[in-house]
Amino acid sequence: MTQIAPPPRQAPPSVAGTAGRKTQGPAVRTLVSPLALGSTRGKILYWTVFCAVVLGFALAFLFPVYWMASGAMKTPDEVVQTPPTLFPESLTFTAYTDAWEQMQLPTHLWNTVVQAAGAWILQLVFCTAAAYALSKLKPAFGKIILGGILATLMVPAQALLVPKYLTVADLPLIHTSLLNDPLGIWLPAVANAFNLYLLKRFFDQIPRDVLEAAEIDGAGKLRTLWSILLPMSRPVLGVVSIFALVAVWQDFLWPLMVFSDTEQQPISVALVQLSQNIPLSVLIAAMVIASIPMVLMFLVFQRHIIAGISAGSTKG
Amino acid sequence: MKTVQAPHRSAGAPPVTPEPRPAGRRSASPFARRLSHQARAYGFLIGGLICFALFSWYPAIRAVIIAFQKYTPGSAPEWVGTDNFTQVFHDPEFGAAWRNTLTFTLLALLIGFAVPFVMALVLNELRHARSFFRVVVYLPVMIPPVVSALLWKWFYDPGAGLANEALRFLHLPTSNWTNGADTALLSLVIVATWANMGGTVLIYLAALQGIPGELYEAAELDGANIWQRVRHVTIPQTRFIILMLMLLQIIATMQVFTEPFVITGGGPENSTVTILYLIYKYAFLYNDFGGACALSVMLLIVLSLFSALYLRLTRTDD
Repeated sequence: MTQIAPPPRQAPPSVAGTAGRKTQGPAVRTLVSPLALGSTRGKILYWTVFCAVVLGFALAFLFPVYWMASGAMKTPDEVVQTPPTLFPESLTFTAYTDAWEQMQLPTHLWNTVVQAAGAWILQLVFCTAAAYALSKLKPAFGKIILGGILATLMVPAQALLVPKYLTVADLPLIHTSLLNDPLGIWLPAVANAFNLYLLKRFFDQIPRDVLEAAEIDGAGKLRTLWSILLPMSRPVLGVVSIFALVAVWQDFLWPLMVFSDTEQQPISVALVQLSQNIPLSVLIAAMVIASIPMVLMFLVFQRHIIAGISAGSTKG
Repeated sequence: MKTVQAPHRSAGAPPVTPEPRPAGRRSASPFARRLSHQARAYGFLIGGLICFALFSWYPAIRAVIIAFQKYTPGSAPEWVGTDNFTQVFHDPEFGAAWRNTLTFTLLALLIGFAVPFVMALVLNELRHARSFFRVVVYLPVMIPPVVSALLWKWFYDPGAGLANEALRFLHLPTSNWTNGADTALLSLVIVATWANMGGTVLIYLAALQGIPGELYEAAELDGANIWQRVRHVTIPQTRFIILMLMLLQIIATMQVFTEPFVITGGGPENSTVTILYLIYKYAFLYNDFGGACALSVMLLIVLSLFSALYLRLTRTDD
């Protein structure tokens, strides 16, 4: 939601470059000189600061997460008791099983998976095709279309949610409603100027000769895209995929508008709707379960995600 | 179509050429060839184009139209001139929402801006466990915003909450947090900062690593101490990124919704109602889509100013 997007213009070329590179070694000169660090006083100071930062980070970022995971293992009485206990008195997993059953988490998790996967696939298909057309096929009015797409980057998405909702509720010309339908998430997700621009910028870097060689060998446009361009674009496709999946999984306000039907709601909406009338420990367990997929994905792809974010700032 | 494709493929020149190619094949006229190329290009483009038209361009135009209409789904819209705007202006929540949104943005800027910068500055000096710090600081960003909001709602709970417990542990006076009209907004800023600063820290870190080490060496030779080096080397060198992130953050925080909606519900005493929250209320509680769109247009104009500034800055730097 309020996640800060890296500035669009610099991202694609550097994504490929930084993805595999290790973080810079200690040889690089920074604010403090190596000489000052080498002295005994410097060493003591360095390790004091280091320990303070480790402690501070653990307290600020890891402890809340620990508190959530351990809170769900406490009994309903223990979780509301003051002063709270640092460790659960006994490990109980009933809150997790209760959350799983009472809050219908399998349904909501499945809804989220369907919505995120569909948005991801449609975004890959349509954004890649459109980026290919704009970058390599250069259709008439292509510049104007690209300008129109980039202009939507300027318009804050959240401010337009209400008219977007009205459009989705009653599509122009065909007069069908996409409310309470995964299509209501999927199709608007395709209109993602940021991802389209990332792809277009990446395709721009691929020399025309490569594609022409394929065309001389008799490959059609689709074939060129599929067998030449896409295999070369793996890094940027990875970045776009992560952005697309995370965006849908984390979104709240749009699915809140689209899905009034409880059975269809993704986990983020369901958590808030159900949070009022559910015991605290069960709610916390549900929160933990809702966080696991994204946190797991982050831990698996952390190197790529962090490189992708960092690449957003460095100039080339 | 098949016969038309053949000459183009073998031509090996850029697909669209204003000049007709030397007539190597006679099977298709240059016009037909260009037409077929356009048809194929638009075939690739069409899916994305329809989605942008339907879900980006059309709603933007429609927001402006509906802002001047009395609009209830199911019945024909009615032109009402600027009635929606006057009505929204007279809503006591309108002033509160703008005030809260601006205060929230300002506080988020002060806290959510200085903290990540100092953090990145310190992290950049550390020579050990670098990737550990990066993963840990980014972890809250990957937790769904709804979960972090609910988590902090529990922390702020006056009874079993961790926040007051921590204050008691440190022998400090406890706070009302989200239950006090004067502290609620600040409490939400803390949540938003905690949840979102990972990205900012990572971007700063990358920017700091781009600063040439010679600059620090030269400054040191000139006798600059550590604070002077930060002031005269680090900040000027990262000024552009700082400005960019500041604008992006303003745009993002002015659209804050999840935290007030989940944690406080706009209360106490309207102290955390934001513009986006008010838009939501007009549309889905009052069923007044005209008023919601009038508000959207106002928010849009304000935010577009920042967006335009952002785009201008990124352009001129190229």
